[in-house]
Amino acid sequence: MANKTILVVGGGISGLSAALEAAEAGRDVVIVEKNPYLGGRVTQLHQYFPKLCPPNCGLEINFKRLRENLSIKFYTSAEVESISGQKGNFDVKVKLNPTFINANCTACGKCTEVCPVEIPNAFNYGLDKTKAANLPHQFAFPLKFTIDTVACQGASCGKCLEVCEYKAIDLGMQPETVSLNVGAIVWATGWNPYDPSKIGYYGFGRNKNVITNVMLERMAVLAGPTGGKIVRPSDGKAPETIAFVQCAGSRDENHQPYCSQVCCMATLKQTTYIREQYPDAKIYVFYIDIRAMGKYEDFYARVQKDENVIFIKGKVGEITEDASGTLELEVEDQYAGKVIKQQADLVVLATGMAPPTRDTGVPVGFDVTDKDGFVVTSAAEVGISGAGCAKKPSEVSGSVRDATAAALQAIQGTVGGGN
Amino acid sequence: MDKKWGVYICTGCGIGGALDVDALAKVVKSEFKQQNCKNHPFLCSKEGVDLIKADIADGVNTIVIPACSSRVKYEEFRFGPGVIVDRVNIREQVAWSHTADDEDTQMLAEDLLRMAMTKVKLTELPEPWQVENLSKDVLVVGGGIAGMTAAMEAAKAGYKAVIVEKGPALGGYVGKMYKVAPTKVPYDVLPENPVPALTKAIEDNPNIKVYTGATVESIAGGPGTFDVKIKSGGGTVDERAGAVILATGSVPFDPAKLGHLGYGKFPQVINQADFEQLAIDGKLKDVERVGFIQCAGSRDVHFLSYCSAACCVESLKQARYLKEQNPAGQAYVFYKDLRAVGKYEYLYKQVQADGTVFIKGEVANIVGASGKLTVEIDDAILGEKVAVQGLDYIVLANGMVPTTAFGTEPGQTEAEAEAAAAKEKGEEDDIPKDVILKSDLLNLKYRQGPELPTLKYGFPDSHFVCFPYESRRTGIYPVGTVRNPMHVAAAMEDATGAAMKAIQCIEACAAGKAVHPRSGDESYPEFAMQRCTQCKRCTEECPFGAINEDEKGNPLPERTRCRRCGTCMGACPERIISFKNYSVGMIGNMAKAVEVPDEEDEKPRILIFACENDAIPALDMAGLGRLQYNAWIRVIPVRCLGSLNLVWISDAMSKGFDGVLLLGCKHGDDYQCHFMKGSELAEIRLSKVSETLDRLGLESERVRFKAISIMDYTQIPSILDSFSERLAELGPNPMKGF
Repeated sequence: MANKTILVVGGGISGLSAALEAAEAGRDVVIVEKNPYLGGRVTQLHQYFPKLCPPNCGLEINFKRLRENLSIKFYTSAEVESISGQKGNFDVKVKLNPTFINANCTACGKCTEVCPVEIPNAFNYGLDKTKAANLPHQFAFPLKFTIDTVACQGASCGKCLEVCEYKAIDLGMQPETVSLNVGAIVWATGWNPYDPSKIGYYGFGRNKNVITNVMLERMAVLAGPTGGKIVRPSDGKAPETIAFVQCAGSRDENHQPYCSQVCCMATLKQTTYIREQYPDAKIYVFYIDIRAMGKYEDFYARVQKDENVIFIKGKVGEITEDASGTLELEVEDQYAGKVIKQQADLVVLATGMAPPTRDTGVPVGFDVTDKDGFVVTSAAEVGISGAGCAKKPSEVSGSVRDATAAALQAIQGTVGGGN
Repeated sequence: MDKKWGVYICTGCGIGGALDVDALAKVVKSEFKQQNCKNHPFLCSKEGVDLIKADIADGVNTIVIPACSSRVKYEEFRFGPGVIVDRVNIREQVAWSHTADDEDTQMLAEDLLRMAMTKVKLTELPEPWQVENLSKDVLVVGGGIAGMTAAMEAAKAGYKAVIVEKGPALGGYVGKMYKVAPTKVPYDVLPENPVPALTKAIEDNPNIKVYTGATVESIAGGPGTFDVKIKSGGGTVDERAGAVILATGSVPFDPAKLGHLGYGKFPQVINQADFEQLAIDGKLKDVERVGFIQCAGSRDVHFLSYCSAACCVESLKQARYLKEQNPAGQAYVFYKDLRAVGKYEYLYKQVQADGTVFIKGEVANIVGASGKLTVEIDDAILGEKVAVQGLDYIVLANGMVPTTAFGTEPGQTEAEAEAAAAKEKGEEDDIPKDVILKSDLLNLKYRQGPELPTLKYGFPDSHFVCFPYESRRTGIYPVGTVRNPMHVAAAMEDATGAAMKAIQCIEACAAGKAVHPRSGDESYPEFAMQRCTQCKRCTEECPFGAINEDEKGNPLPERTRCRRCGTCMGACPERIISFKNYSVGMIGNMAKAVEVPDEEDEKPRILIFACENDAIPALDMAGLGRLQYNAWIRVIPVRCLGSLNLVWISDAMSKGFDGVLLLGCKHGDDYQCHFMKGSELAEIRLSKVSETLDRLGLESERVRFKAISIMDYTQIPSILDSFSERLAELGPNPMKGF
């Protein structure tokens, strides 16, 4: 008899969707999420294309579904260490990482108030600072504080320990291991932004005003690091000319050969953020092909109507920054048939999706990823269904669709021992 | 049920410091005569929860918890079936967002408690609706690749499926393809067409029944009890299904409309389907030069404004066919943007490596001479006109049109159409109509029309980024290219997901629960029919077509179609529709439970009806961020603003509230309401009440709608303040104290 419990690894929009879909069909589900909160990358987005609506609305519905469903259990700050067994009967070891804060936490916030240690805010891609004791973000679910165990000064400081009235702080918390037995696994560990520092000639890190598309998302959020203002990191000034570099690391044999699928639409969306704040700013989009699939074409057509958004087919080469923070891009303009130079106040790299499984694989003892690191479709046959961006680059609705399919595959994997 | 009460006030997280808790307890004990009221400094601790559990063990079954938001600590305060629980948010929405130890803050907390006590007094535990003779079978309409996949995947999960296919055999459009595009290595080898193997697997599967040469004559009932009449072999067959998957696909864009690209003029100008047949027949071995014209009809405002999503990859695949059958063959692709997304990039690279020439630009002209064709194109890269000569074939990548985009609007005579148009002009505020074409696919016996409502371009897609299967007819899921333009692999994936949703819907019906977005809700609307005036508003306004009507105009609710939003409850002028735990009377009484001070106290009151999905979390987040906001407000969460009944406005006004604010989702083309039209309907209803208000000498400005999303929470203080300032200008509600 197969175990009917389903393990979902990754609690982003794909994992969350897969878990909810299976649970609402009556299955027991366990989610294992690496972050201290659920929701994954989409929690860091300002708006979704093409509706320009905030991701929080759908997340709230999903969290409500989760709160009201007794069949779902989840672990945050947790990761899968090993998987053994086979479809219908997997033994899984899950490591629970210490957060120094236990279930007593009421999110009252006193620990953050007294914490003396400032660290770069990873949620905002380092655009601002947070405390070692922090709430990862305002919309965090579960609403629970966490402590950066590396930055924390420990018992020698202990200020948070003193102020917490609820005995929620445990600076000696150790990692724990939990063993699970499940029938099927959905692998939904999502994506990381491709590391822009690997594209040396763009000078990310060296050129202060070269940022990535995910950073721009954070800047656009009202509750974000810049209070919703899109500004130059070097001096906080409003940019007058902004350049988007498409396929930054994608469709490139030296980096990621595949197309990351979302970056064109993400850039089109981001031009609307800029336009809303700066009605006169000039925006240049350097691209190979604009891939606005299906009805997204309408959105492309809408942005094309904006006279201040200029599309240039061409590959961006070297980017340099002068002392005033102004950038110069060398572009092989395919229309003009020559190399042109374009000045900009802010450059946004449309970096693509890199699956974390490229480096980590899936700890199952055999290979279930392709050469790019994505979980292969056929892995579902052995009980491990990839879902969302762990399987292929995809936008949110595509990921949810795929996650819903993965939920069914997982259920199939638990029907009488498979098939 | 015989209610035995317990009220448990948490004094932790700053609540005790901000509020006079004894005075709160007095509200419970003196005003509501409930003596079992306890405090705890850390109610969500094991000790605090045990306190409540001990009372439950003693028979307490009706619990009010003034503490934090119900969005947190939900596991701690979950006490299982048979217990009514209501959480009063005096942390985020009171202690954290208002001045501590202040008269107005205290009044706010006490009013919130009064509202909750009133609500709970009128709450009954819902009993799930059980349908009789429930079917767990899945009906799949359309036997193409999407439909076949959906049926197969449902069967693999242990459910039975019935496929209705109009053609003589399964397979659909993909079935007539030579091969399909590769989705994995090696990209230089095209996989075999999956249809023959899938057809065999379906034929061999005892859990899948197939009707070919058949169409759906009608579908009555609702999820769990869809009664389906199938026209097959000259007769009619009855089937009962639990859920429906619409997989009727799309049709290729009519190439006859592409005369400017030489179709109809030159026999060698063909479409993608024709080229598949040439490949199947092995006729490409003598073909030397082929031109593929992309976006033939697509991305063109004169024909299909959208991108058909599959054609680029299909042309790449077809260029490989040529290479496969004639290695010396030369393909040209004329394109605008080459859209080989994701891993199809590898196929693109392979086809480039094959020597295919890609020319970006607009095709200007097709010329024929001595059996060969020439494409003249404005080459965007070279910036000049280029002619590619000697082509044996030109293949038009002609895109797709969903099968739901065909058909007339449901039966209207000319006079009726005129009357409707006139009415539309006169009453701008009327509820916008859904677009439903009589496309003869499902033939639903729904009062609101026989097919799925469609969005732009005739696709019955979901409107939601996060919920791609959220169709507007419960238990009916469009899938594949009928829903959205997509390629073969995406359609198969989509079909698997739709099978999941179908199964889930069936299981929810079996348990008497709602599906998304109020998943698991056991309440449902009940109609006190003796007071119905047959005004038909409930049937017209239900966003999900859940209510049919008889010939006299009486509503006939189909419970399993219902999503429990309460739009019908809001629409009903006679207030005959209510849920066990949500009703017009309940909300009205909550408003009336507020103690409105006299005019001379100079303490205005604003009643807020807030959507519980967006506005309520926004208020919570404002509190979490310790943003301080107006203390005159009294907030009532609603399932959806669509459930707003106008009597609540008059209740509020006669009670002496100075203003009413509706906080709900954005509406319009990019609406966010998950009950489709809730906030829009609320605003329309408001516009109707404004006249009445003006007549009563009450400025209509006292009632206002404001769209808000969760992440607008930083603006809450200013939204409330500006409304409050406007009300101050208008002066106090003259009905105060009456």
